[in-house]
Amino acid sequence: MKSILAALALTSALVAPSLAMARPVTLTTTLNTYGGDGAYLVLYVTDAQGAYAGTLWMAGGKSKYYEHLSDWYRATGGDLAQVDGITGASVGAGRSLEITLDLADALFDAGYTLHVDAAVEDMRDSPNDIAVPLTTAGAGKPAPGRRYVASLRYDM
Amino acid sequence: MIRTLHRWPGLLALILVMALALSGAALSVFPAAERLSTPQAEAGLTVADLAGRILAAYPGVEQIRRAPSGRITAFWFDDGTPGAAVIDPATGKGIASADPDPVKRWLTNLHRSLFLGDAGRIAMAIGAVAMLILSASGAMLVARRMGGWRRWFAPLRGPASSRIHTGIARVAVTGLVLSSATALWMAASTFDLLPDGAAPPTFPTEVSGSTGVLLAAMEPLSVIAVTELRELSFPYPGDATDAFTLKTDRGTGYLDQGTGELLAWAELTMWERISETIYMLHTGQGAASLGLVLGVLALGVPAMGVSGLVLWFAGRRSRPRLRGNHPAKGAATILLVGSEGGSTWGFAATLQHALTTAGQHVHVAPMSGFEPARYPQAERFVILAATWGEGQAPATAKGFIERLAALESVPEAPLAVLGFGDRSFPAFCAFADEVASRAAAKGWAQLMPFDTVDRQSPQDFARWGRALGAALGIELTLEHVPTPPVTGRLTLISRRDYGAEVQAPTTILRFALPEATFLQRLTGRGFGRFQAGDLLGVLPEGADLPRFYSLASGRRDGFVEIVVRKHPGGLCSGQLLALEPGQAIRALVRHNPAFHAAAGRSPLILIGAGTGIGPLAGFIRGNSSKRPIHLAFGMRHPDSDFLYRDDLAGWQVDGRLARLTTANSRGAKPRYVQHSLRAESAELIRLVQEGARIMVCGGRDMASGVADALTDILAPTGLTPLALKAEGRYAEDIY
Repeated sequence: MKSILAALALTSALVAPSLAMARPVTLTTTLNTYGGDGAYLVLYVTDAQGAYAGTLWMAGGKSKYYEHLSDWYRATGGDLAQVDGITGASVGAGRSLEITLDLADALFDAGYTLHVDAAVEDMRDSPNDIAVPLTTAGAGKPAPGRRYVASLRYDM
Repeated sequence: MIRTLHRWPGLLALILVMALALSGAALSVFPAAERLSTPQAEAGLTVADLAGRILAAYPGVEQIRRAPSGRITAFWFDDGTPGAAVIDPATGKGIASADPDPVKRWLTNLHRSLFLGDAGRIAMAIGAVAMLILSASGAMLVARRMGGWRRWFAPLRGPASSRIHTGIARVAVTGLVLSSATALWMAASTFDLLPDGAAPPTFPTEVSGSTGVLLAAMEPLSVIAVTELRELSFPYPGDATDAFTLKTDRGTGYLDQGTGELLAWAELTMWERISETIYMLHTGQGAASLGLVLGVLALGVPAMGVSGLVLWFAGRRSRPRLRGNHPAKGAATILLVGSEGGSTWGFAATLQHALTTAGQHVHVAPMSGFEPARYPQAERFVILAATWGEGQAPATAKGFIERLAALESVPEAPLAVLGFGDRSFPAFCAFADEVASRAAAKGWAQLMPFDTVDRQSPQDFARWGRALGAALGIELTLEHVPTPPVTGRLTLISRRDYGAEVQAPTTILRFALPEATFLQRLTGRGFGRFQAGDLLGVLPEGADLPRFYSLASGRRDGFVEIVVRKHPGGLCSGQLLALEPGQAIRALVRHNPAFHAAAGRSPLILIGAGTGIGPLAGFIRGNSSKRPIHLAFGMRHPDSDFLYRDDLAGWQVDGRLARLTTANSRGAKPRYVQHSLRAESAELIRLVQEGARIMVCGGRDMASGVADALTDILAPTGLTPLALKAEGRYAEDIY
């Protein structure tokens, strides 16, 4: 378990290109029409103890605004290496963000939780807008978020 | 160079800069409106008090924010439903929606990115760079035009579009520089080019693990005033490892939810402080009044854009297209032009046309492009040069003197220099003169002696052309019509005749004012705008060249008036003296800003003889503000050529004219106007010491007599007419 975590931290993305035990997972995050500019979103995973395990995706290009994704920022100290190569554009109100990643099998049914922190200019920060446990049973079932995220779903 | 730096960014970025300015001006209203509509916290209210009130009203409160305007917003969750409201700090209760204003959001996105994301942000940053370049180059042009930085706010002259452009620019430039410079800083910050990112403290690894401390018992919250607060975030309910996050004007920290203790604290970095100040200066958030001022100044940009465009068109139209300009390599005659407004190009085009017709190969180029190696076939050089300001190089001659000085050897082909200027300016043809003397000092052979053309005189130019033709051994006739004349038809309303008894038939001719088009009014062309002291160019029958007369009225007077004396054998004056009411002439207006009665309260000393009283009478007629005007008028005999006699008496009665002295050159005791000045020495000294401006109009002999008299009169004060001229306090209109 420890060695896997070390590998996770190293790749920073929980994406496991070198591990045979991986599968493609599609993550779909749909936003509410909250009436504001595009939202910054960060998708990241914590382990069974609630400790930060790694980041899956950062939607939003300007690192100066990352502090508003406050849980993620607090967990990583705003370390840009955590989102290196997995950064895209911010997501407009009412739009969906769909990403497909090869995720290690070890992440599922092992107490890992997928979180989304969200922030919008001139509106409230919404850390932990949604948190869903990563289980094979939960795949394909959309879960509602708290503020900006209408629903989050993972398919594999 | 500076003009080019001003023109091209202006034309290319016109739309961009206008969009920036208009959206910025609209946005500037919001901080002020927010400030006015926001209930402010009572003095001494602490963060703990405020948080307690809000917590009582909204038990699920997650975060409290305070904007620089003092507006307090609370965010909460109530049974899993998010809520937010603007809070009245007195009650802790919501009073308005916290949703962002969609209009403001739309304007903000337009202002910073044209709704085009990062590409739009870069475009707008380029717009800000253009604005900075325009401001800097514009400021230099204003300083150059006004005659120095210290004369920044001196009265403006010239056509309306030019006055609008410069008048707005010199007020707005400070705000525009501030807005565009801060914009660039903010763009750099947005693109992470500055180390001004937030540096919150590391979250503590150890917390007390207990919860439930009372807000009032938390030391930092019960001390810090609401006015310092930026943000207070509550810990997640039920998470004992979380903590309060507090942001103030000074920094960010974490507070234990069990003990209220400060667990960690980080001050704002110097970079963050600088960026925040710049953000405040740019947006007006936290400085609403400044924001409004910047917004109003930004409104000047569209006006400057339009007037600048009009100026550019007018400048282009006045610069003729050259037909058949021979390439530099094979040209025998190299014609170099130093022009500011474009009129000298017109003379160059006439000369080029005449020489080309005579079989010469002529290459015309701006003086600033002077490069002897480019003209291997050159047999002669001709320089036509105007002068800018106090003897500086005009726009298309920038750098010529330096290039000439840097030459190892001057070309072998000889040189002729012709200066263009206005004798009423102290630095008449000073630049052309300097070019000629520096070329001579360098040993450049002379094709023809240095000569000048006064006030675009076609006669001067034709005379010089004949001499040039003689030097080249060809017949050269230069018929130059200075700048395509916008002529109008003037119909005579009335004439008042004088001077027949003293063999000097003189008449005051008053014409009806022709209608001016809107464009003429805007650009100040044609009869759109003129005032006393400007010139009326009359085109006599049977000639194409206008003869110029000083105007004795302005557009505001509602008529066009000149004073004409019959010259023996004079074509134009003969026709004018024969003109009867109802008959019409063709005429045009030429602005003559050097001889305007500039606005102000300082006294005017007007000195004139004969027809020279024309513009002076116009100044007095226009003196509705009743500044003290003293007129010294020389005539032949009061019974015959006392021009404007009744008018002057009336103006004395209604206060437009403070004092009138006359001198008669015929009669028992002949006196010239300069004699009457000497008799009034004490009074003149007093007026000059009060800041009076002296304006002289009349013949050359009279003007030099007056200058001599004034030199003597002013000697005890240490002032001279020359020194006054340099200050713009001694103007002459001589013919």
